[in-house]
Amino acid sequence: MSASQPAAVPTSATPTHGAIVIENVLLLGERAAHIVLDNGTIALVRDADTPLTDAEIPAGAARIDGTGLVALPGLVDLHTHLREPGREDAETIESGSRSASRGGFVAIHAMANTTPTADTAGVVEQVWSRGREIGLVDVYPVGAVTVGLKGEQLSEMGAMAMSKARVRVFSDDGKCVHDPVVMRRALEYVKTFDGVVAQHSQDPRLTEGSQMHEGVVSAELGLTGWPAVAEESIVARDILLAKHVGSRVHVCHVSTAGSVKILRWAKEQGINVTAEAMPHHLLLTDENVRGYDPLFKVNPPLRTQEDVDAVREGLADGTIDIVATDHAPHSDEDKDCEWGAAAMGMIGLETALGIVQKVMVDTGRMTWADVAYRMSYLPARIGRVEGTHGLGIEEGVAANITLVDPNAAWTVKASATASRSNNSPFGGIELPGRAVATILRGRPTYLDSRFEGLFA
Amino acid sequence: MKHLLSTNDLSRAQAIRILDTAEQMAATQDREIRKLPTLRGKTIVNLFFEDSTRTRISFEAAAKRLSADVINFSAKGSSVSKGESLKDTALTLQAMGADAVVIRHWASGAAYRLAESGWMHGSVLNAGDGTHQHPTQALLDAFTMRKHLIGAQEGPGAHMQTPTGNDLTGLTVGLVGDVLHSRVARSNVSLLTTLGAKVVLVSPPTLVPVGIESWPVEVVHGLDEALDRFDIDALMMLRVQRERMSGGGSSFFPSAQEYTRLFGLDGDRMRRLPGHAIVMHPGPMNRGLEITAEAADSERSVIVEQVSNGVAVRMAALYLLLAGEEDAQ
Repeated sequence: MSASQPAAVPTSATPTHGAIVIENVLLLGERAAHIVLDNGTIALVRDADTPLTDAEIPAGAARIDGTGLVALPGLVDLHTHLREPGREDAETIESGSRSASRGGFVAIHAMANTTPTADTAGVVEQVWSRGREIGLVDVYPVGAVTVGLKGEQLSEMGAMAMSKARVRVFSDDGKCVHDPVVMRRALEYVKTFDGVVAQHSQDPRLTEGSQMHEGVVSAELGLTGWPAVAEESIVARDILLAKHVGSRVHVCHVSTAGSVKILRWAKEQGINVTAEAMPHHLLLTDENVRGYDPLFKVNPPLRTQEDVDAVREGLADGTIDIVATDHAPHSDEDKDCEWGAAAMGMIGLETALGIVQKVMVDTGRMTWADVAYRMSYLPARIGRVEGTHGLGIEEGVAANITLVDPNAAWTVKASATASRSNNSPFGGIELPGRAVATILRGRPTYLDSRFEGLFA
Repeated sequence: MKHLLSTNDLSRAQAIRILDTAEQMAATQDREIRKLPTLRGKTIVNLFFEDSTRTRISFEAAAKRLSADVINFSAKGSSVSKGESLKDTALTLQAMGADAVVIRHWASGAAYRLAESGWMHGSVLNAGDGTHQHPTQALLDAFTMRKHLIGAQEGPGAHMQTPTGNDLTGLTVGLVGDVLHSRVARSNVSLLTTLGAKVVLVSPPTLVPVGIESWPVEVVHGLDEALDRFDIDALMMLRVQRERMSGGGSSFFPSAQEYTRLFGLDGDRMRRLPGHAIVMHPGPMNRGLEITAEAADSERSVIVEQVSNGVAVRMAALYLLLAGEEDAQ
């Protein structure tokens, strides 16, 4: 079905640029190689044992010494909040794009909970074309499942799918499509254009007024609990609905051990479900809430160490398919206040890769090839942008590459971000590595200061 | 001690020091001139984001009897219509030179935020934050228990010579009612445990927080069972918030009558307590719901005395926060 859709590649927006040669880089962290990028595509990939000949190096090419760096296919985020239109004080498509490219991303999916809601072809086209104009990352708008995220009436998903934005991912994220009949209809309807419903799994009745994970810490802090069962009951229901109607569902921000178990069962049954984990759910726990600092307020909430361990394990064994950021910018006013009045969410585009390295790679749970699979290959396929992203590093494909320095340890400073907001809970945490260059269709969209002058 | 935010933060020695100081403060209240010059020149702000006339008056009386200047700042605002932010209010108070802020707020953790965020430099005294803590309430409850039960004629505290300098080791305290939403219960559980008492929570399962298994308490789901199983020295009836039983799908118990039947204290149940036991309530009471008039007005009831002890305990807390450190040198 998707074959009849127009291509999503906005190549015409890409400005001209010269060729790039990356020498002696660790391809997916596995073997040393030379890579030549020319005319927006990967012209050559070769084992580093054989030096490049003069003929193979395009004239005027910028040469990057890749020694010690890892080359990954450009990262794809399936879950970003850009806030434009409506809350440009917190983030714009431009600042969010810049933050994404600094984090190593070449494509992001912009969630629908803007003002106005991205529930019409007009809004998604506006977001898509603004992203294209900026050109730092490919911005794929996510369409709302229901009008105004109200959970009542299906939005015109077909119009959004057929618009220039070519929407394939639909989500009321921030709110749960809680009515089982509405969810069933949505799952059925997206089959029309091979779409997916990305569900924010949260039973609203079980989480009224909720402030944090319900457990030992909430009991002590006197904050209204967000029980794990409110997530797990919806995950289970949606999986069964997807099976029943033969559609596919994507579970956003898996946060509990129970959800991981349910997903594991569903995959054993061959049900068409995918799931994502967030860096903060891989690293932080409800113990972080003890100081009542709203930087740690997020939805779904930070869970227990047992949940964190289960999410890590689920990601390692493939029960959870991908890592996404849930980058959620909020203005200072919405965070520099008492816990109960604060907004939920945290930024995360620039810290995601470093956290995944710290928690998954450096601990031996995942290889860099796994990172490529879970942060580029699979998210591109779930989002149905696999014609443009998640292509791997092979000759002849679009030159979308993220260079990682796994030995560039850094201490996160919340305010040192390209995002317009600085609501990062990771300030002061040391991360082992980071993206040092992001290349979209052959053009560097982010370069670490070490490469200064290289592209003069 | 810079702030008083949670009874969880108090060591046994600190708690006993506050109670002993409160005894001295209480003694001064029998004199003809009750005012002490101790905090002259200090400014104390009562910052109340929630209505609570009783608590505010108690703090105001305590501060005035220590000769502090008192400013009452009512910044009422619900969680929905926030009005001025806590941060701006704090900056204002800082600019006005408040030495201490007594804060009552609807949000759990608000007192922590005020103390830790760097918005202001004065001492912060938590007068109730959401469903988290209300430390001076627990201190006045402990003070009242110690006075009646430690060094008493009978009961587990009878072997002690005097309340002064002692903790509550050996006592069993029952807290009856809504633990889930109660800052009084949370404050009491930590303080009573620190002071060596055994705590029995008597509550419907719907009003016990998930995660309570980590608390050092016994939990029973009926007042009769509690009276059968434990020799309770102090029985504290918690206030039932009427909105908790507003019916519909969210109510925590079926009806007021059923609550009274299972958890209410009447004369018959009161008479099953040991002879020396006392009956307590943080106020305001719902007579006929969690406690009958017979129990509330009985000789065992120390409910009115809790109020006067509250002033002495708050005097002690303010004194130790604002003058204590200089004196301790």
